[in-house]
Amino acid sequence: MTSSTRNNQAALPASDAAPDEVVIDCRVEKIFYGNFLAVRDSHLPILKNRITGFIGPSGCGKSTVLKSINRMNDLVRNFRFYGHIHFEGQDLYDKKVDPVTVRRHIGMVFQQPNPFSMSIYENVAFGLRLNRYRGDYDARVEEALRRAALWDEVKDKLRNNGMSLSGGQQQRLCIARAIATRPPVLLMDEPCSALDPIATRQVEELMVELKKDYTLVIVTHNMQQAQRVADRTAFFSVDITRGGRTGYLVEMGETTELFANPGEELTREYLSGQFS
Amino acid sequence: MKATPDFTRNLTEPRALKSFILSTLTVACTLLACVPLFSVLYVLVIRGGKRFSLELFTALPPTALDTGGGIGNAIVGTLVMVGIASLIAVPFGILAAIFLAEFGQDTRIATIARFSAKTMTGIPSILAGVFAYAAVVMVTGTYSAVAGGIALSLLMLPTVMLTAEESIRMVPRIMREAAVGMGCTPSQVMWKVTLPAAMPGMITGVMLAVARAAGETAPLLFTALFSDYWIFQGGAGDLMEPTASLAVLIYNFSGMPFENQIELAWAASLVLVLMVLFLNITSRLISQRKR
Ligand SMILES: Nc1ncnc2c1ncn2[C@@H]1O[C@H](COP(=O)(O)OP(=O)(O)O)[C@@H](O)[C@H]1O
Ligand SMILES: [Mg+2]
Repeated sequence: MTSSTRNNQAALPASDAAPDEVVIDCRVEKIFYGNFLAVRDSHLPILKNRITGFIGPSGCGKSTVLKSINRMNDLVRNFRFYGHIHFEGQDLYDKKVDPVTVRRHIGMVFQQPNPFSMSIYENVAFGLRLNRYRGDYDARVEEALRRAALWDEVKDKLRNNGMSLSGGQQQRLCIARAIATRPPVLLMDEPCSALDPIATRQVEELMVELKKDYTLVIVTHNMQQAQRVADRTAFFSVDITRGGRTGYLVEMGETTELFANPGEELTREYLSGQFS
Repeated sequence: MKATPDFTRNLTEPRALKSFILSTLTVACTLLACVPLFSVLYVLVIRGGKRFSLELFTALPPTALDTGGGIGNAIVGTLVMVGIASLIAVPFGILAAIFLAEFGQDTRIATIARFSAKTMTGIPSILAGVFAYAAVVMVTGTYSAVAGGIALSLLMLPTVMLTAEESIRMVPRIMREAAVGMGCTPSQVMWKVTLPAAMPGMITGVMLAVARAAGETAPLLFTALFSDYWIFQGGAGDLMEPTASLAVLIYNFSGMPFENQIELAWAASLVLVLMVLFLNITSRLISQRKR
């Protein structure tokens, strides 16, 4: 079985003139939880300053792959990763790599908004303090909150607890917290699934805004969302033929291309809503 | 013909009557539960209030047939011994709680420690005094503030530990995940995120433990005894001398046949209750501010 990973180097729309640079080259061979093979054989090149969307039925390993990129899965006991993830010239799964340092360079936004129980200001300044940033904290906090489209709503109450905000505001606070240290890559696992439609729209606009300076990878269970925000889309599915429930990459390509003209029958069926 | 339903409340109906009686009963019982506290406060204010003056807080206790005098040394003694007890119980309790909640949840030692703490909370306080007598007073050869503080710390430790563990557990998992995602090491997650978030709950636990320790008499009778003098007249060596405390002063003076001493015992009780009340209200305010 081979999963066809399309090479879209040539099919880029001309408007996106930025050269295609692969910032993260993620080659999953096998990912296990204990003896359970969760994901196999998936090659996902992540392009710089683009939004890459992961879609697919639930349980197909989208979160597993995403969290492997910043080594969040190291927290899970019995998690094992076979393969390579190249980022800035290093294999993140090399034995010498410190996962803590990896997470400081690859930011993450979670499904449930999870601000710290501290002031809005301290939430955003958290990463700066962690990295012993020496400089103008006020400026960096304001910049991050502005970029997260939250500044106007919170500028008069920066001392209030971050948990006192609404769900949508909390999620934008989490985005501000993640971008304050300016990590080159931002991972988002279904960042809108706990939000109402208006907040969802705000966060989506934010993501598109952010890609000027960041590379984003987002997991979404919502195909419309993938179409609205993702430049490239990776479609995962579950393989139940061999007794297990193993996720794998079916195909990956430019979003418009993938939705208009899927290369695999499975993708076509999924996109037309024949299974979910 | 359809009769229009009657929506007005009708107490003669059994259903409505039953509900009325039950809700009245619950309100009555709730009010009744407040009676002891308020009647104690009332009696204390009436009987102890009249000695409330600067002298009460600054003077030493009077001798048998003296007039006037105060409870200054007992207030200081109680504060010092509760302070010593907190210095022991708080760091120990919180570090143990971190282990119980975070690093050793299901280990054997955690199970044993949790079980002993729960048992300890139910043990009569006099046993803490007997233990400290054997372990400290007999060894050092003297009744002292240190021995009293150690006895009180034994009573505080389980409460501090169990409430701190509970507060740490209450910190949402997703908040810790966020900290890991920001690139925190496990100990940074603990110190920078989990403990600050658990702080209001832990402070509440410490305050309750302090409030309880401040009023304990039995453990101090065997360990700190009493003293008619100030604890601080020189250096820290005074911590190894018998020490006055409010609880023991109340115990001693209330049994005396002198009106002056009995009045002071009432006044000391009022001071003690006010201290405990202050701690309880502060801890409430702290835990409420978090919401
Ligand atoms: N911590 C874990 N321990 C064991 N199995 C897990 C764990 N997390 C996910 N899985 C399993 O891995 C598979 C992929 O899960 P996940 O990556 O969460 O899928 P998705 O995000 O696409 O819904 C599922 O079968 C799930 O049950
Ligand atoms: Mg998921």
